[in-house]
Order: sequence, then C-alpha cells, then structure tokens
Amino acid sequence: MNAIVKVENVGMSFDTKKGRFVALQDVNLQIHSGEVVSLIGHSGCGKSTLLNLIAGLTLPTSGVMLCNGREIAGPGPERAVVFQNHSLLPWLTCFENVHLAVERVFGAREGREALKARTARALDMVHMAHAAHKLPQEISGGMKQRIGIARAFAMEPKILLMDEPFGALDALTRAALQDELIGVMEKTGATVVMVTHDVDEAVLLSDRVVMMTNGPAATIGEILAVDLPKPRDRLQLAHDARFAEHRAAILEFLYQKQMKRAA
Amino acid sequence: MTTATLARGLEGPSAAEMDCGSRNVTPAARDGAATEAPVAASPAPGPVVNRPSVGEYFGNFMRAVLPPLIGLALVVGLWALVAMKSSDFPGPSKTLDAAVVLFSDPFYSNGPNDQGIGWNILSSLKRVAVGFGVAALVGIPLGFIIGRFAFMNSMLAPIISLLRPVSPLAWLPIGLMVFKAADPASTWTIFICSIWPMILNTAQGVQRVPQDYLNVARVLNLSEFRIITKILFPSVLPYMLTGIRLSIGTAWLVIVAAEMLTGGVGIGFWVWDEWNNLKVEHILIAIFVIGIVGLLLEYLLLLIARRFSYGVN
Repeated sequence: MNAIVKVENVGMSFDTKKGRFVALQDVNLQIHSGEVVSLIGHSGCGKSTLLNLIAGLTLPTSGVMLCNGREIAGPGPERAVVFQNHSLLPWLTCFENVHLAVERVFGAREGREALKARTARALDMVHMAHAAHKLPQEISGGMKQRIGIARAFAMEPKILLMDEPFGALDALTRAALQDELIGVMEKTGATVVMVTHDVDEAVLLSDRVVMMTNGPAATIGEILAVDLPKPRDRLQLAHDARFAEHRAAILEFLYQKQMKRAA
Repeated sequence: MTTATLARGLEGPSAAEMDCGSRNVTPAARDGAATEAPVAASPAPGPVVNRPSVGEYFGNFMRAVLPPLIGLALVVGLWALVAMKSSDFPGPSKTLDAAVVLFSDPFYSNGPNDQGIGWNILSSLKRVAVGFGVAALVGIPLGFIIGRFAFMNSMLAPIISLLRPVSPLAWLPIGLMVFKAADPASTWTIFICSIWPMILNTAQGVQRVPQDYLNVARVLNLSEFRIITKILFPSVLPYMLTGIRLSIGTAWLVIVAAEMLTGGVGIGFWVWDEWNNLKVEHILIAIFVIGIVGLLLEYLLLLIARRFSYGVN
C-alpha cells in the first residue's frame, strides 16, 4: 500500500499575545490509498489543526507534509474539504454550488454537457437531485451537509478531508448521513480523513482511529486498527463484541489516559 | 460606525413598512373593516387550520391600523389648534385647499422662476441622481480597494474620518468656485455627502466576507475572476446596498439645503421662494412632499436590498 499523505515530524505553533502557543508537536502519520482514518480527541487537542494542515489551509511551522510525494504548499482540489458548517455559497443553488467545484476541476478537459452530467451524478449520489435548484437556505441542515459532501466527492479528490462533518446535526440525521457516507465511500473507494469527537462514528466509519493527546503540544497518542468487515451495518454492530471492544479502547484512551481536567 | 450602520439597516425596513402600510390602509379602514373582515374569514375548504374568527380578525386589523391613525389625528389636531391661535400659520384645511390647487397643475412652466411643483421635485431628483450616481461610480470601487488592501485602508482611513463629519454644505463654495455655476455645485455637494457611506459600507462588506467562503475558494483553487464574481461581489452586495440606502437618505436631506443656497429650479429653492412670497401653506405642503419622496426612495432601495439578501446558513 502506498501512502497518499505523509506527515513527518510536524509541529504547529501560533504566536499569540501571551507568547508562543504550541498546538501540535512531533506528529507522524501516513494515510494509505483507500483508507478511512478518523482523528479523535478532546476539544482543543489540535485535530482540526492537523486536518487544516493536510488541507493546506495552514502551513506547518516545522516538519514535512507530503501529498503524493509532493510537499503541500497550499490548498488544492485534489484534497477536497467537507467543512463542519458545510460552507455552501448562499447565493448559488445546490446545483451551482456543486457545479462551481466540478467546473474548476474538470472544466479544462470536458465539455459543458459532461460537466453538468457530473454535477447531476454527484447530487444523485447523495439523493439530493430533487433539490438541485433550491438555494441552501431553503433546505435543512442535513441536506446542506449532503450537498457539501456531494461537492467534495464530485471533485474526485485523491483524499477527502472532513472536519466534524456531522457535528452540527441531530443524532438521527447524523446516523442517516453516516449511512449515506458509508454507501458513497463503498462506491468510490475514496481515501478519507475525518475529524470527529463521536466514538461510535469513529468505529463505524474508519479503518483506523487516530487518538490524539490533550493539547498544548498535542501529538498522536495511539492508533487503533478497526478490523471489522465492510460494509458495516450499524444494527448488526450494536451486538458485535469486537465493536464494543474497539469502542471501549477509545473510551479508555479518552477518559482514563487523557482525562480532561476542567471541562 | 459598524453597529450604527447595521442597526439602522435593521430598523429601516420595519419603520418604512409600517408607515407605508398605514398610508395604504387608512382609506380602507373606515368602510373596509366591516365588509372585508367576513369575506376573509369565511371558511375555505382544506386542512383544518386555526383560523382567526371574525372578531379576532377585526381585532388584529384594528391593532395594526388604530395606533398610526391616532398618531396622525393627534398631529393634525395639534396643528389645527396652533393654527387657530396664530394669525399667519395656515391650518390643515387651508393647506389642503392649497395642495389641491397646486397638484391640479404640477407641470406648468412660466419661465425659470415659476414652475409647477412637479418640475421642482423632478429637478431635485435629477441632481440627486447625478451626484449620487457619480459617487457610486467612485465610492464603490474605492471601497473594494480599501477593504481588500490593508495598506490602502491605513492610508485613506484618517482622511475619510477627517472629512466625513464635515457638513457637505461646507463644500458648496468649492463647487461654486470650480464649476462657476450653481447647478453643478449643488450636484457636487450631493456627490460629497453620498460618497462616504458608500466607501465605508463597501469596505466593511469586503472585510467581512466570511472566512468559510474564502476557504472554499482556496480549496477549489478558484481564479481571481471567479472569486470576485462568485464570492466577493455577492457577499458584499448587501453591505453595498446599505451604503447606497444611507447615501440616498442623506442626499435627499442635503439637496433641500443646497438648493436654498444656490437657487434655480428645485424643491429646496421652491420652499425658500414660497417663504419670500409668504405662502406658508406651500411650505407645509413642501415638507410633506419631501418626506413622502424620501420615504419612497428608502422603500424602493429596501425592496432591492431584500431581493439580494440571503439567509445566513
């Protein structure tokens, strides 16, 4: 297996009024093709910072970040991002929001009809074809996030980065979208890195769960390989002993080894 | 500045709507309330909704219409009372009579100093449109530049803060000197007073483009042209329209004063001319007319602004 993203000895610090704040230190991680990796940890542990570094939205203060063997110097469409608050442009319809991305990535190579077909396929994949010509403000939060996911997948990125993609949704909608995501990942074989603070979500969706220590100067504490067969079904997993074991391992890490003092 | 602008922006619509609403409803209030209420409340086939009964409907209607009506009646009553005590202050009925005469022929023209009230309003509006249009052409691009480049912001901010509080009328002599004519000089004052809100609001809009949208642009690696057309411009537009609305409000305030000083055809000069003729009832009419035109301008821009406002999501 070849690594799509390599993170080597990466550190990230910010200059604040109170002096230098070290957010991440000595982070080493490799993400392989077709793999789904979750980053989990207490809030403030720098998991979103790590995701932004892979996205190229911020650049590390030390260490090396590689994507496909090339240094990550900034954001780019081969590393698509699904933002927590979906970040759809409110003045564009759902179709236009997705199309903006499709046009940017494939516009040079494909004709107009092919681009439109791509956009339509992406919307269809998340079952949102019916809302193609609605504005984001006219659809629900869960639907907006579906469009955000469709936009990211439509770019056919080498790696898909998701920053707490379902964090702002209620539990039932979240479950529906997780199932949706499982289906889409199954179809596309996408490589995914996802920030989450939901233990069940991490085990359900990922091949590996990267557990991060508490900040400041956070780093990777443990990595758990989830050896549950795919495709996974949440109802069956509920009675699966290995699922419970994995879940317990993460909980133990979060609430025993990395107990957060004042919440 | 920021909060003041926004607060005005938010308060504007409701105030304007209420005013316009009462104006539309007033004539229907007396005879309409009784006859219309039952029609609207008559049961329609369909799902069972909690329909207001006739009494409720009438109550809501009165609650909406009664307070503005009482306010209006109070003002007119007070006015009539004051007019009764004074020998040269015309009362409501005398003013109304004068208005009927005045508006029966609004577009007559007996030479440059004696034209109908329609012409006077139109020439004032024309000056506002020209001064305001040039201010938009200059102010909006300047606002974009100030908002986008911190250097330009620090360079121009002190100058703008210094000049903004100056009454635009102080610029009138400069206009007279430069243009050697009264008409472009009053247009010039309109330009000066409209440009500040336009620059400041546009700049603020540019500075407040949500970081999320810019992140989307960065991840998609959009071209500068795409960023401007798909992200910057639509997200700045509501701020720009607020600037335009504030500008047109001030411009309409200033034009009356500027025309009083420069003369010529225009509603401001007309007020002054009627004062010289001691036709106080015409001055009162002018006050109403200026108020109504200002209200209409504001309302028009609010309609446009609403078309371009998107829910925060």
